[in-house]
Amino acid sequence: MCLAVPGRVMEIEERNGTRMAVVDFGGVVKDVCLEYLPDLRVGEYAIVHVGFALQRLDEESARRTLALFEELGLLQEEFGDPWEAAAGSGGEGGSGFGAGSRDGEAIVAEEGGR
Amino acid sequence: MKYLEEFQNPELARGLLEDIRAQVTRPWALMEVCGGQTHTIIRHGIDQLLPEGLELIHGPGCPVCVTPLEMIDRALEIASRPGVVFCSFGDMLRVPGSDRDLFRVRGEGGDVRVVYSPLDALRIARENPDKEVVFFGIGFETTAPPNAMAVYQAQKQRVRNFSMLVSHVRVPPAIEAIMESPDCRVQAFLAAGHVCSVMGTEEYPVLADRYRVPIVVTGFEPLDILEGIRRTVRQLERGEHRVENAYPRAVRPEGNPAARDMLEDVFEVTDRAWRGIGVIPRSGWRLSERYRDHDAEYRFDVRGITTREPAQCRSGEVLQGLIKPNQCEAFGTTCTPRTPLGATMVSSEGACAAYYLYRRLGTPAVPLEASPVA
Repeated sequence: MCLAVPGRVMEIEERNGTRMAVVDFGGVVKDVCLEYLPDLRVGEYAIVHVGFALQRLDEESARRTLALFEELGLLQEEFGDPWEAAAGSGGEGGSGFGAGSRDGEAIVAEEGGR
Repeated sequence: MKYLEEFQNPELARGLLEDIRAQVTRPWALMEVCGGQTHTIIRHGIDQLLPEGLELIHGPGCPVCVTPLEMIDRALEIASRPGVVFCSFGDMLRVPGSDRDLFRVRGEGGDVRVVYSPLDALRIARENPDKEVVFFGIGFETTAPPNAMAVYQAQKQRVRNFSMLVSHVRVPPAIEAIMESPDCRVQAFLAAGHVCSVMGTEEYPVLADRYRVPIVVTGFEPLDILEGIRRTVRQLERGEHRVENAYPRAVRPEGNPAARDMLEDVFEVTDRAWRGIGVIPRSGWRLSERYRDHDAEYRFDVRGITTREPAQCRSGEVLQGLIKPNQCEAFGTTCTPRTPLGATMVSSEGACAAYYLYRRLGTPAVPLEASPVA
């Protein structure tokens, strides 16, 4: 819930009057709101929580943390399929996350073809 | 039992542990407030690597676990209504209400959707003007600014069919409640790093002074936690009680000013019931008067709901640090992540779930001398 994942800003754009960015989390790409860090630039890293950049992070720490999260399966927990997680072995660890079919839910806001 | 080799930097971990061990001259009890930290501690067996007598008490910092039962029941009631799209973070799906959970509501035909960000729920509202879209706004100070932004934008963009069921909680009043409890054994706190990323550290010196406890802002990775413990122990052994920042890469004293301004605008402080603990004065946020049109509690008449907690669940004592999860009779027998009696067994940040996942066999604590560290 309070897991916040470091990500790298790839693109920045105004959308509906809101400063948004495309952010890369070690391969997983998400839309992220930059309203709370308006000075963030393309190429910089930030700590992202539930789709919001909350604090700048230096590249070295960000990369280290991402590598660790990857290793621990935390990225799958964060970005995997929550229905599957809840249906399957509610809390039995990272097995089966994100592997099966996505059921068309608005799990993530991947606005197809940005 | 996890071994040091599994740390990202075993050498560094060993050094920190040796330093902790060299400093400790008597038993101490530290509380890590944040459920994310509890998860890391149990997963990596950090509590078992510490010298004997240095105890970690697990705190109430799991937002999923402390969301009050009446709030869960209100969510279930709203989500069951026709014409409603109920949006939530994924970790609320299996939290037991009085008689069911959101997962089951969906199975019974309710339109329950999981979103990654509260802005996704706002988008769903824009795309479905004929539906009432409700977002379940739970969480600590870390999650509150994102949720506040969704309400702020809904009002600004006149998305009238968007509302939020708000059950936000704040860390400092919880620390007060813990310290005021007659059963309190806590002598120091590891403060939640990401809460402080938003709020900064200004709220904590007054608590450190009043209760004469060290408060060390700590991150979430195993090494961060060891560093937080090391600094806390150093203060305890010296008889100090200061606020220290052991997570400077993500925490500045002022926090995130833009996020704090938004919180000030959208929310107002309120008394809040914590599941398993009871009402803690001024420990929550609700939507301020100005945003009442988007408050689901007012929009849907759900205030008269009566609740029922399973009698066997001792999560309240777990959340207050009075017992460890495996001291509950139901732990691992009638209560598992598949059949949770209480929210602490549901969320990965709940202490019960962490113990079930990583400590089911009840491995005895290994004294440091005999551990691979020595």
